[in-house]
Amino acid sequence: MSLKNNVPEGPLADKWTKYKSTMNLVAPNNKRRIEIIVVGTGLAGASAAATLGELGYQVKCFTFHDSPRRAHSIAAQGGINAAKNYQNDGDSAYRLFYDTIKGGDYRSREANVHRLAEVSTEIIDQCVAQGVPFAREYGGLLANRSFGGVQVSRTFYARGQTGQQLLIGAYQALSRQIARGSVTMYNRHEMLDLVKVDGKARGIICRNLLTGEIERFAAHCVVLATGGYGNVFYLSTNAMASNVTAAWKSVKKGALMANPCYTQIHPTCIPVSGEYQSKLTLMSESLRNDGRVWVPNKVSDAEAIQRGEKNALDIPEEDRDYYLERRYPAFGNLVPRDVASRAAKVACDEGKGVSKTGLAVFLDFASAIERYGKAEALMAGISNPSKEKITELGRAVIKKKYGNLFQMYEKITGENPYKLPMKIYPAVHYTMGGIWVDYNLQTNVPGLFALGESNFSDHGANRLGASALMQGLADGYFVIPYTIGQFLSKEIRTPAIDPNGPEFIQAEKEVKEKINQLMGIQGNQSVESFHRKLGKIMWEYCGMARNAEGLKKGRQMIRDLRKEFYSDVFIPGTNDEYNPELEKAMRVADFLELGEVMMVDALNREESCGGHFREEHQSEEGEAKRNDADYTYVAAWEWNEENPILHKEDLVFENVELKTRSYK
Amino acid sequence: MKLTLKIWRQKNQSSKGAFESYQVEADEHMSFLEMLDVLNEQLISEKKSPVAFEHDCREGICGTCNLVIDGRPHGPSQGTTTCQLHMRSFKDGDTIHIEPFRARSFPIIKDLVVDRTAFDRIIQSGGYVSVNTGQAQDGNAIPIEGNTAAKAFDSATCIGCGACVAACPNGSAMLFTSAKVQHLGLLPQGKVEHKSRVQKMVAQMDKEGFGFCSNVGACEAECPKEISIDNIAAMNRGFVGSMFSTEE
Repeated sequence: MSLKNNVPEGPLADKWTKYKSTMNLVAPNNKRRIEIIVVGTGLAGASAAATLGELGYQVKCFTFHDSPRRAHSIAAQGGINAAKNYQNDGDSAYRLFYDTIKGGDYRSREANVHRLAEVSTEIIDQCVAQGVPFAREYGGLLANRSFGGVQVSRTFYARGQTGQQLLIGAYQALSRQIARGSVTMYNRHEMLDLVKVDGKARGIICRNLLTGEIERFAAHCVVLATGGYGNVFYLSTNAMASNVTAAWKSVKKGALMANPCYTQIHPTCIPVSGEYQSKLTLMSESLRNDGRVWVPNKVSDAEAIQRGEKNALDIPEEDRDYYLERRYPAFGNLVPRDVASRAAKVACDEGKGVSKTGLAVFLDFASAIERYGKAEALMAGISNPSKEKITELGRAVIKKKYGNLFQMYEKITGENPYKLPMKIYPAVHYTMGGIWVDYNLQTNVPGLFALGESNFSDHGANRLGASALMQGLADGYFVIPYTIGQFLSKEIRTPAIDPNGPEFIQAEKEVKEKINQLMGIQGNQSVESFHRKLGKIMWEYCGMARNAEGLKKGRQMIRDLRKEFYSDVFIPGTNDEYNPELEKAMRVADFLELGEVMMVDALNREESCGGHFREEHQSEEGEAKRNDADYTYVAAWEWNEENPILHKEDLVFENVELKTRSYK
Repeated sequence: MKLTLKIWRQKNQSSKGAFESYQVEADEHMSFLEMLDVLNEQLISEKKSPVAFEHDCREGICGTCNLVIDGRPHGPSQGTTTCQLHMRSFKDGDTIHIEPFRARSFPIIKDLVVDRTAFDRIIQSGGYVSVNTGQAQDGNAIPIEGNTAAKAFDSATCIGCGACVAACPNGSAMLFTSAKVQHLGLLPQGKVEHKSRVQKMVAQMDKEGFGFCSNVGACEAECPKEISIDNIAAMNRGFVGSMFSTEE
């Protein structure tokens, strides 16, 4: 199979503009007859469904949640990037493009990334028009902050709830189309298979999660916006129900899984507190604007902290190692996520971790509180302010900027982060890998599209902060509404697809058989226990650092676990009722296959790049060492029970010179 | 810590529910939902039916979790969703009552799971700004004074969990509806449709069978996002004003 990326000809900066204005269109009278299925209602799905509905298509939109507003995009905290250059600090579409390519460690497709940078500015305008309450300066204009891996301020934000506000905006746009009848919304429906007719994606099979009924839905094409697969690690910052099932079922119907080993481990999460832990909570990267990361210089101090005999305030300034500022003076605490995560791991591996488990580092706001406090005192005309006054004023500034994050931290840990530094540790957060798509966001299956985190295309081997929201909305609002026409313009003579066709009946039968198989096992172990075991294998062998031996071992362990799952899992209840355990079992079954492909991909990629760090490939200083000569390609995997099959798309860099990524 | 749980069990909407007792051992660092996970693992190992409850993000923002704990929606802590509640708020030997959100407009699906789609329909009736993709002007073309933006934001933080309805003796959705009306109505982008929006959303709210507001204030007290009851006053004012408007 050759992978055609369909990137248009011409200079990088003109590609999208020119393509957009020469692309095939579907006339309004035809749009009314054409049906589109959108699976998922996060930023990408909701924005796509709403926009396609506005354009006049007949959209059917699906979510497994009780409401489209629950999608996990809602939990994104920090912000959304856009090359507006409102701060006059030299930003431009090219700079955002360049930062994203570099941040992704030169493993993404130039043309897609440039398009993303171009449309970023329109997203902000659109969201403001919808009533998204972005943070503003005193003069009423939009405010910005900085995120990791960049040297400009281009991140727009709504306190620490940017994802929520953007998703509510998209949800409201979607609600408007539902009211107009252009979008039919199916809540509590989980996609369990993709239906292909004559090689084209023409429908899906869903389980109605309330009744257990298996239902068939047909359309002219299918758009997946089903998010990432971080929950394969069990513990992650993803929501409990986030899953790979819709994407994975599509892979099993012929779509390709690209770069599955590129997972993002986010440096600032609240550390694990015990075995019962069900998920991890992120502390936004925006905190690194003002927080300084450190561990004690001496292992003896760290051990005293671990035993609870000392706390952060007992460690004098000269005995602290602000290791990011020391190792990466140019970017300091704002290095990209992969770099910050690995540095935290190195510090903890040296025995300098600062929690009971030894797996945590400090994120300290004392300097920022003092700095802001002094500035506020000056503005308030207080001469010779006392230390207490400075702290009080400084804390108020911090509260205004990050109040909800500090509150969240305190609720979870029971510690007051205004007084003691936060304790943080890396955790699985985002997956750069995903379904392979071309420039049109179409997969190798004609008529099947993938948007947002569910595709692989824009972030390479590492995503920069505040770029996920940007990509989700770019794909949904400004890319798919155009590019889908390239496929649909050839379908205007296709009558409505019949959901009673033989392909649909067959797919439905297979889904029912799969459910019966799982329900029939009646073993002794809960679904949850399998998921936890899988997560531990993934974290141990395919986590922050990987090596060939471990990956081979991990792969075998997953295969064994999969076997055990199919012989000993226990699912209570029946399949014709509301049964969350059955839902979970279907998802874990898919994670058990995906996990293996991740190991295979990580083993295949004999280099370190971005979030993929192979211990065999590092510089003397412990930095990632890429192998551009052999691995400047996208690894797109075709599912095969015995051995997944590799397909390659070579990445061609015409505009950016491949360099060793340095943040020093 | 050892706890006794009295949990509402109900097979489906048409069957009759009742409290059942369970014993569970918890750790003070656990979240409340992790404590229920432990219970469910225990039930599954005994091949019994686990307790159905809804949850997703477990960080207090998606609005999925919805338990009434000892008579209070989202439990004893102020400004906290059920998923953010930790067991350190309880002590060894406690008996905890766990019930679903109860309201006529939130029918029970199973155990602690209820149907809150009425909220979606209220938003669909007018809780948006009518702007199509691509029609927007530059984001900085409309300066919005910082305090106004902050006030709109405060209203916009609603997570749509329904605690306000569950807390209200009348089962009223006034806090939810008014928060959306205020979020959009305060901003210049949303002002244009304010009058028709308030009319449509209030009409839909009534149609869904939510009760009337009698200024009890329980909604504000139990709201995990601490949304102010001032929103209700402002919506009432907007509603009355819109009745006298000569506009369509």
